[in-house]
Amino acid sequence: MIDVGLGHYLTLGAVIFSIGVIGIFLNRKNIIVILMSIELILLAVNINLVSFSIYLGDLSGQVFTLFILTVAAAEAAIGLAIIVVYYRNAGTIRVEEIDKLKG
Amino acid sequence: MSNIELVFPEIFISLSIMFLLILGVFKKNSSKIIQNLSLLILLITAVITFNETLSVKQITLFNESVIIDYLSSFMKIVTLLAAFVVLLISPNYLRAFKIFKIEYPILILSSVLGMMIMISSNDLIVFYMGLELQSLALYVLATFDRDKLKSSEAGLKYFVLSALSSGLLLYGCSLIYGFTGSTNFDVIANQFNANEYAITFGIVFILVGLAFKISAVPFHMWAPDVYEGSPTSVTLFFTIVPKIAALTVFIRFLFVPFLNLIEQWQMILVFLSIASMLFGAIAAIGQKNLKRLIAYSSISHVGYALAGLATGSNDGVQSSIIYIIIYIIMNLGFFSCLLMMKRNNVYYEQIDDLSGLSKNHPMLSLSLLIILFSLAGIPPLAGFFAKFYIFKSVIEQSMYFLAIVGLLATVVAAFYYLRIIKIMYFDKEKESYDKDHSLGLKFSLTFSTLIILLYFIFPSQLVDAVSNINII
Repeated sequence: MIDVGLGHYLTLGAVIFSIGVIGIFLNRKNIIVILMSIELILLAVNINLVSFSIYLGDLSGQVFTLFILTVAAAEAAIGLAIIVVYYRNAGTIRVEEIDKLKG
Repeated sequence: MSNIELVFPEIFISLSIMFLLILGVFKKNSSKIIQNLSLLILLITAVITFNETLSVKQITLFNESVIIDYLSSFMKIVTLLAAFVVLLISPNYLRAFKIFKIEYPILILSSVLGMMIMISSNDLIVFYMGLELQSLALYVLATFDRDKLKSSEAGLKYFVLSALSSGLLLYGCSLIYGFTGSTNFDVIANQFNANEYAITFGIVFILVGLAFKISAVPFHMWAPDVYEGSPTSVTLFFTIVPKIAALTVFIRFLFVPFLNLIEQWQMILVFLSIASMLFGAIAAIGQKNLKRLIAYSSISHVGYALAGLATGSNDGVQSSIIYIIIYIIMNLGFFSCLLMMKRNNVYYEQIDDLSGLSKNHPMLSLSLLIILFSLAGIPPLAGFFAKFYIFKSVIEQSMYFLAIVGLLATVVAAFYYLRIIKIMYFDKEKESYDKDHSLGLKFSLTFSTLIILLYFIFPSQLVDAVSNINII
């Protein structure tokens, strides 16, 4: 058995974070996927913070995590509301069709 | 808690927001009352900040997570006054689009509260909470004209990119926390060890997130779309008020926790500054929409403000703050002109709509001429002095390359400002615009034009006020 240490958690965080960022830029289909990618980024940060907090024996990382969870919920709510408003006006949420503003 | 009176401005504004929300729910057709009350609240908060905290040298509160010093008090007052003027000139525009609702002033108040928290944060957690309070209100403001496709698209784009930038910033924060063991800025500053790659990594992530918020190249791509799509009064808010808070946070991060790593971030800032100045100047040339043009122009102005920070000296920071204040005043004047271009409740925002403006509206076009000359940086207007201070502090640090690129960018940028003036004065005239503007609009245009015009008579007022800011 290998000992699971800080490095493993940080690697996991980094991998999830990269998946989130790549998901935002590579995705050409649906905005909901972008919303999910944003959640992934925030979760990666939470993994980082909690593992640092345990490693350092310092509570403020976990407090930070709780704040991030709350804010992520608020952000998802507002994001979904904006997507609904956009869908009402445009009739689509395909990413490549969001191009009315350019120049 | 002995110094609780130092956070009275924040307490007052948050209680007022809750009160206004309840009032708006229980009283029918209360948008006008709430608009006026919000104006009053912003003024009272500015007065409280002025009385309670401006004389404070430096005090930290709440287990050192909030800092009150001259920088924070000064920037809070600037934020509050800028938000006041924006709110003052919005109502007629909002009425024309039938979006004069109770939420508008309340959202502006809550984003201002977020900015005030950002400005006086001395801890990563407090900073993040302030940033999110500000951004969440701004997402909704961008989408405020929710039945228009353009406005909802602007809100959507702003939401996605801003949430991404918050994520990058947070990842940077988590690395900084992990490798220094604290979220407090002062502790972080003492714990820094330049040999740690992870910390450099964290700094880069945080700088990228902040550059997104201040719309510096290469993280600017949201700005033109969002500025064009949002309602004009919201665009005005976007171009001036969040910039103040973002610049203050930039200063706070660079010169408190990251000060010992100046070699690591100086090159990044020089790059951001040069790229923003050049890109903003060049990309604006082909624009036809005035709001889009002002978006590119704001990108290039942010480049100059960052050039001041890149010097890493007290003079540079002070000249950046002067720059951003003069930029606010110029933008206020420009948008007042833009909000005056309406005919029968239709607002015009293309450059062609300005053609021959001087024949029908000599005063309006004269003010616009002064504002555009000032944006281009032509002496003796205020915009020239703003650039002069920046270049002076850049050259004092012998960063000649940055100064030369900045001057070249000014020359390129002058082209598109002068083109607007040419269209205004020498092209064929069109139908005249309405002349029944609100008192607030006339006031803000006269006020900003006069300040720009007469700045050279009393430049020491602003310079003195800023010279108390000693962050290093």
